[in-house]
Amino acid sequence: MKTVYLDSAATTPVDSEVFLAMKPYFLTRFGNASEPHLLGQQSRRAIEEVRSTIAEFLGASGKEIVFTSCATESINLAHKGLIECLNPGSKVKPHIITSVIEHKAVLETCRHLKTLGRADVTYLSVDEFGRVNSGDVLNAIRPETCLVSIMYVNNEVGTIQPIKEIGDLVRKENKKRKERGLAKVYFHTDATQAIGHLDCRVEYLGVDLLSFTGHKFNAPKGIGALYIRAGTPVLRQQDGGGQEFGIRAGTENVPYIVGLGKAFEILKKRNETSKKLKILQEKLIYAVLNIPRTKLVGHPKERVPHISSFIIEGAEGESVVLCLSDKGIIASSGSACTSGIAGPSHVLNAMGISPELSHGSVRFSLGKDTTVDDIRYLAKVLPQIVEKLRRMSPKL
Amino acid sequence: MKNTDNLFNQLYSKKVMEHFKNPKNMGEIKGADGVAIVGNPVCGDVMKFYIKVGKSGNEEILSDVKFQTLGCGAAIATSSMVTMLVKGKPLKEAEKVTKKVIADALGGLPPVKMHCSVLADEGIKKAIKNYRQKSSKNS
Repeated sequence: MKTVYLDSAATTPVDSEVFLAMKPYFLTRFGNASEPHLLGQQSRRAIEEVRSTIAEFLGASGKEIVFTSCATESINLAHKGLIECLNPGSKVKPHIITSVIEHKAVLETCRHLKTLGRADVTYLSVDEFGRVNSGDVLNAIRPETCLVSIMYVNNEVGTIQPIKEIGDLVRKENKKRKERGLAKVYFHTDATQAIGHLDCRVEYLGVDLLSFTGHKFNAPKGIGALYIRAGTPVLRQQDGGGQEFGIRAGTENVPYIVGLGKAFEILKKRNETSKKLKILQEKLIYAVLNIPRTKLVGHPKERVPHISSFIIEGAEGESVVLCLSDKGIIASSGSACTSGIAGPSHVLNAMGISPELSHGSVRFSLGKDTTVDDIRYLAKVLPQIVEKLRRMSPKL
Repeated sequence: MKNTDNLFNQLYSKKVMEHFKNPKNMGEIKGADGVAIVGNPVCGDVMKFYIKVGKSGNEEILSDVKFQTLGCGAAIATSSMVTMLVKGKPLKEAEKVTKKVIADALGGLPPVKMHCSVLADEGIKKAIKNYRQKSSKNS
């Protein structure tokens, strides 16, 4: 049976070029980059080359890139690290503005900071398309606000957030604050689902902190990075040696860093991929909406080409995913039953989608190797599965 | 091969997948003697059970049982399994079926599924109750 992989928003396979680039750094170029000898310096050079590749990609300087193990770590470091640096001992509690549709990494980190009494948190709501209103961000800013954290692309529904708009507003606000003697509001974005699909240059976006992970674009799982704008205070969360400018201790994961660098090089070469995915996405959306009682979830226009999310009425999401998997199609669902926790997706809920409907959530996410045939196969198989599940359901 | 079943308790057993893919006794019974709906769409799982009651000697038995289910893999598999467990059994015995009996017969279920998706035992009991209420009205 052939496998049609439509879960690239969850993870992607390691590109064979990436794998080959990594290989020598396991076997022969294994030196510890902190050592002055030949092998150590070989590793050091490899790391620094990748750092500048990423810096160039983001329009940043190499000193502003810190390697981490994943986006979750980058997010933890950015939020906790910033809050812990600001006015320690001050009676005024720092204030964070984020949104209800963030990834658990942001939501749980904010909850941690609030629980420990280190910060107050405002959670902005979203519209029916899953979009944060940039004006709401501005309105939520208080004198003690120190951080705005909004994801670039929502991972469940693919809606693009107005990061540049927010970045511009925060910049303007910061100018005013400076005149009034107030501290700067820093701006973090979780760009995990945006790398390779949207403009991620930090100057263009106006962000001070940007988190991402490699495995969403064909680097291995276990390597990510955090962009920290020069002058942004971040206290390291993992203590130990002086690696990564003293911001993230621990021996550098050289092969994975090399893999991440290679994945970025490949990204730069394949700027036609987004166009290809856009066409495939249109076909995919057309095919799914051809099934009666289905609905596209997320923003009609402001969406990334690789993520499409649907509600299929009268068919439970996990059941759809299991039936698809039985036919070789790998997809995902935001239904309560797949998340391992009680209650359906917090994102769909925030968009005003009733629990009855969100149980029928299915997400298809495309990767660079997705083909027209893959979509055709889905278009053939999905209607049969939905029909089967609906036939199984009681009429109420 | 190493036994890793206990490590994978978040996943479904082979038996669950068998019943999910090829559910037994799925459908409706026209002119059923007892009918019951359990669960609700807000929770995500809705099951409807139909029973036909017959006699074996002096005892009332479930001569036929069918189900219709909207829900996740566990909801569908437990619906299917419960019909297998109680079909042909005396009513009194069928009423004794528990969540644990159903789950065990399926080779276990992920813990998170136990409380939300295993409604099949209640469904059978409710369908029998419905039959009893109907027959007491008729007699």
